[in-house]
Amino acid sequence: MPKDNSIKSILIIGSGPIVIGQACEFDYSGSQAARSLREEGIEVTLINSNPATIMTDPVMADNVYLKPLEVESIEEILKKHEIDAVLPTMGGQTALNLAIKCQEQGVWEKYGVRIIGVDIDAIEITENREAFRNLMTEIGIPMAPQSTAKSFLEGKGIAQEFGFPLCIRASYTLGGTGAAIVYEEEEFDKMLTRGLHLSPIHEVMIDKALMGWKEYELELLRDANDNVVIVCSIENFDPMGVHTGDSITVAPAMTLSDRTFQKMRDMAIKMMREIGNFAGGCNVQFAVSPDEKEDIIAIEINPRVSRSSALASKATGYPIAKIAAKLAIGYHLDELKNQITKTTSALFEPTLDYVIVKIPRWNFSKFAGADDKLGLQMKSVGEVMAIGRSFQEALQKACQSLEIGRNGLGADGRELTDQKKILESLEHPSWDRLFHIYDAIKLGIPFKTIQQKTKIDIWFLRQIEDLILLEKQIQKFTVDSIPKELLFEAKQKGYADRQVAHLLRCLESEVYSKREELGISRVYKLVDTCAAEFAAETPYYYSTFEYENESVVSDKPKIVVLGSGPNRIGQGIEFDYSCVHGVLAAQEAGYETVMINCNPETVSTDFDTADKLYFEPVFWEHIYDIIRHEKPVGVIVQLGGQTALKLAEKIERYGIKVMGTSYDALDLAEDRGRFSNLLKEHNIPYPKFGVVESAEQALDLSDDLGFPLLVRPSYVLGGQKMKIVINREDLEHHVVDILNEMPENQILLDHFLGGAIEAEADAISDGENVHIIGIMQHIEPAGIHSGDSYAVLPPYNLGDLVMQQIEEITHKIAIALQTVGLINIQFAIKDDKVYVIEANPRASRTVPFIAKAYQEPYVNYATKVMLGDKKVTDFDFKPVKEGYAIKVPVFSFDKFPNVNKELGPEMKSTGEAIRFIDDLKDPYFQKIYSERNLYLSK
Amino acid sequence: MEQHPAVILLEDGTVFHGRGIGKIGTTTGEIAFNTGMTGYQEVFTDPSYLKQILIMTTAHIGNYGVHEEEVESDSIKISGLVTKKFSSMYSRVSGTDSLQNFMENDGVVGIADVDTRALVRHVRNKGAMNAIISSEDLNIDSLKAKLAKVPSMEGLELSSEVSTKTPYIVGDDNAAKKVSLLDLGVKKNIVRCLVERGCQVKVFPSTATLEDLKSFNPDGIMLSNGPGDPAAMPNVRENIKEMVESDLPIFGICLGHQLLALSQGLTTEKMHNGHRGINHPIKNLITGKGEVTSQNHGFVVSKESVEKSENVELTHIHLNDESVAGIRLKGKKVFSVQYHPEASAGPHDSRYLFDQFVKNMN
Repeated sequence: MPKDNSIKSILIIGSGPIVIGQACEFDYSGSQAARSLREEGIEVTLINSNPATIMTDPVMADNVYLKPLEVESIEEILKKHEIDAVLPTMGGQTALNLAIKCQEQGVWEKYGVRIIGVDIDAIEITENREAFRNLMTEIGIPMAPQSTAKSFLEGKGIAQEFGFPLCIRASYTLGGTGAAIVYEEEEFDKMLTRGLHLSPIHEVMIDKALMGWKEYELELLRDANDNVVIVCSIENFDPMGVHTGDSITVAPAMTLSDRTFQKMRDMAIKMMREIGNFAGGCNVQFAVSPDEKEDIIAIEINPRVSRSSALASKATGYPIAKIAAKLAIGYHLDELKNQITKTTSALFEPTLDYVIVKIPRWNFSKFAGADDKLGLQMKSVGEVMAIGRSFQEALQKACQSLEIGRNGLGADGRELTDQKKILESLEHPSWDRLFHIYDAIKLGIPFKTIQQKTKIDIWFLRQIEDLILLEKQIQKFTVDSIPKELLFEAKQKGYADRQVAHLLRCLESEVYSKREELGISRVYKLVDTCAAEFAAETPYYYSTFEYENESVVSDKPKIVVLGSGPNRIGQGIEFDYSCVHGVLAAQEAGYETVMINCNPETVSTDFDTADKLYFEPVFWEHIYDIIRHEKPVGVIVQLGGQTALKLAEKIERYGIKVMGTSYDALDLAEDRGRFSNLLKEHNIPYPKFGVVESAEQALDLSDDLGFPLLVRPSYVLGGQKMKIVINREDLEHHVVDILNEMPENQILLDHFLGGAIEAEADAISDGENVHIIGIMQHIEPAGIHSGDSYAVLPPYNLGDLVMQQIEEITHKIAIALQTVGLINIQFAIKDDKVYVIEANPRASRTVPFIAKAYQEPYVNYATKVMLGDKKVTDFDFKPVKEGYAIKVPVFSFDKFPNVNKELGPEMKSTGEAIRFIDDLKDPYFQKIYSERNLYLSK
Repeated sequence: MEQHPAVILLEDGTVFHGRGIGKIGTTTGEIAFNTGMTGYQEVFTDPSYLKQILIMTTAHIGNYGVHEEEVESDSIKISGLVTKKFSSMYSRVSGTDSLQNFMENDGVVGIADVDTRALVRHVRNKGAMNAIISSEDLNIDSLKAKLAKVPSMEGLELSSEVSTKTPYIVGDDNAAKKVSLLDLGVKKNIVRCLVERGCQVKVFPSTATLEDLKSFNPDGIMLSNGPGDPAAMPNVRENIKEMVESDLPIFGICLGHQLLALSQGLTTEKMHNGHRGINHPIKNLITGKGEVTSQNHGFVVSKESVEKSENVELTHIHLNDESVAGIRLKGKKVFSVQYHPEASAGPHDSRYLFDQFVKNMN
């Protein structure tokens, strides 16, 4: 059946602010769905409270509502628009929960809105563990022994029956909140109580823990004619016991026989058909016994697009959300085309001739006291994906993408050799277990021990062992004597030149020259869903070292946009928003756009975004090779956060043009010494400061500056290791601490302006003209990171005199830095005097917020200025200024029960929401204003 | 493991270098590629792959070793293997051996570490052709000479090489139904699928006539899959024509399907590139439903000839190229499909065809 023409207008519900367990993958799915539906001539209305998303941009939907995800907001929209149907499957559990709430309150019925893409009964049954289990038993799908408890007493009874270890999960929660594996009674009692509290319906599920079983996921799509395809199989490197979101995962499944895989496929299809009759996407998780029986047990089913379906879409090239949206409006799979080949059918199962590895990115250092062990509750804040022609290559590339200061897996002199620590880490995984597996093998810890402790499939472990054997071979040579075959093998196995240089005891550049000399260079292959069986049109590439290069370079002028890599605290979805707009603007300016990024959750890595997508690590070697291949006019580094910005120096050094603000100006703003000279020159006030390299120097300087002091390492992200100290002991301790973790880093000491008000301004500049796009005033006093504070646009109580100073200073600095593009300046205001805290000549976290609030495409404008296509004076700025917009920081502290909600100069929030108010009498504003000092620590 | 350099040379002169796997030696065959990501053992032992050098497009082969039960015939039938990454170690508790040993024992030559993607793109554009792999002779001129002697697949009858020489019976004597199976190179799983559905199956050599098959008192006839060019098997075609006239229910798969079509006056043609993989989309025109199927064929029934035929009805089409994927004979309980409902390797979406066959025998 073709599309249902009675549906003319659809409401898509977004997933709200980014929290752990629900990140920007839903911006990707929501954007895809919106685009897919508008293609069909359907009017799309979007609701999401997250202003940093692309989906809430006017380019994505016909009507956008940046409103709290509450029933009232939905009703307000339904009153205003004739909505025929709601698609709640694109916004994660948040959207599904809101859809259920509206259903319960009769909202959909009242306004005659159909629910498409899922049925509410299906959500109910998958979330109600007991009903789900009964259903699975009925259709003969095995599950782990499990029971639900609604009281402490019931829980205790179940534990006695099953015996330990047990898994406890709270019903209806996100990303495994309140889930844990427990090995003993005392722990069990604690987790049981916690789970009962966390669950909105005060119910926990208790399962027998299948520790060490192999874990798999399948991504399914079904149409209204009950045709089902499996888009992707994903195998977890980390076996059962670690949340999928925290597991390293691999696609396609590496160690599954066809017999077991097909059995799993049959089970998945049966499960999807049984939970309800709906057209859309679905994710099913399984465990397989690691013995000769290969028993398969179903873990769970999610009748919606998910983090894994975003990954599966990027892994296979099959855009799940895009197709799921079309299926929701009635299309059958056989009526749609494969979006990559454009000639073959969408009713098929993608096949891969490469391997993808996803590694999560954690931020434990942000949460002092947090339990950094991985378990059933997701703790990672982002992820990277890498594509290679082998598992080893993909694994190395993924490690290069992580931005954790490593050059890949091993071969960087940063191995751990403490056996006790390694063994502990193997058994109780944290973020670094992968690296410790490498260390363990290298140290010669028996393979059996490693396997017993990690329970990781031996095939994966042998692949890592093979890398160590290769390294031993390489180490026998020097850069002059290494045979071509060996160097080629290292490159094929994903080693970066830096790693090879470490092994050969030479410079990275020497390895590069050696490669050039031997003709070992990167080639690019296409992600095409079909293993080259058919010709494909879509320019989605990854690099490898092989014979044929498929990436043909056009003769059009090109611009490369560097992405922001994995999401982490301090650098999240807002930079992806900027990158996507940068791409669109450069296209409008007539350039062919080339996107480089490695974050599978994003819109920037959607193959529909840029003219050419290179799914590659934002790592110098990969970027440089792409630039050498594509020969772009220049590279945009201002939009991809610190990740992209920190590459500017090298890009310029290698004679490649940095678009917009020059590297020198970027460095000038970052280099505290040079920057303060500039401020002094222009008579701009700033807090007294100094730069030190040791604790001794710090103590001397403190006499000069006076306490309290703001202490921070230079060149960091999101206020990492930034702290306010009030006495000499604290200062000494913190400086030693920083130097221990970041040796040879310079440390900045600023006199801290206690009790000051903070504000920030964002502006676009072409070097001659400056336009301030918005000024935001923080609600909390100075001392809380700007990313963590409530902020109000425009300022709510800054006097004219102060505003004037802010405006003047912003102009002066933008011009003095010769800014071409965006700039963000942070201010502290005390006794009506405005001090400059810092200036960042790049897209900031607040730019998307201001663009949404004022309804103007500032990143688009700024990009055209960067490209030299337009001057600031060419734009007719017409911001919509009504009332105030409040930026609401959103935290994920509930994932870390032992961590106090304490705020300070180091950023801890994972996401943000926007809230519009008419005036300052608004009760919401009154409430947060009265609580402004509540969480300030140091 | 000792490293042996190896080379693969195509008929058009294209050369790729790699590492020798399996037996160290030389082999020839028609080059083809299979896009399945699981089930290499089932594929390699499928008799339909006789005389074919197979490129596996998935990046890793051999990871889970081999399992004595997961075979489709008694030995490896492909004449050579081309892969990207070849795992000589494997991980599977129930596994019985490594793929390396399995290949060596059956004397199969292969080449690994090849840019298989480039090779597939080349073959995709140039079409099917012969090739030679060697891990003992790296001299291109000498390989060219050897390759020149290899006959083209077109016009080649291969079925008799893999068909059973003597009839045998599988299944329970008290089974509800009896099926005579014409073995043109049958996969074990076809027999298994019938036995699972309460049939006793007698497997006959490819030369068997209607009379031979009838000696088993069958309720229906199964025409199996197999290798080679269907047009080169006129005798079998004529035998099948008689079988159709007997009014016994008939179910044909792959080569059996092609021969059934030929017996009804339809024609077959060699494809530019065959369909080989486990993700092929089929639409059942009778029910309107889709199926993801396992396929392995380099010849296909001409669509034009089906459309012109008065007694043959098109029941299934391949959604990617609209080619003929299934037919039935009007007014008879005779049907056949180009793909593999028995799967192995591959999805089980099409098993209903066996049910339909059993129902036809009622």
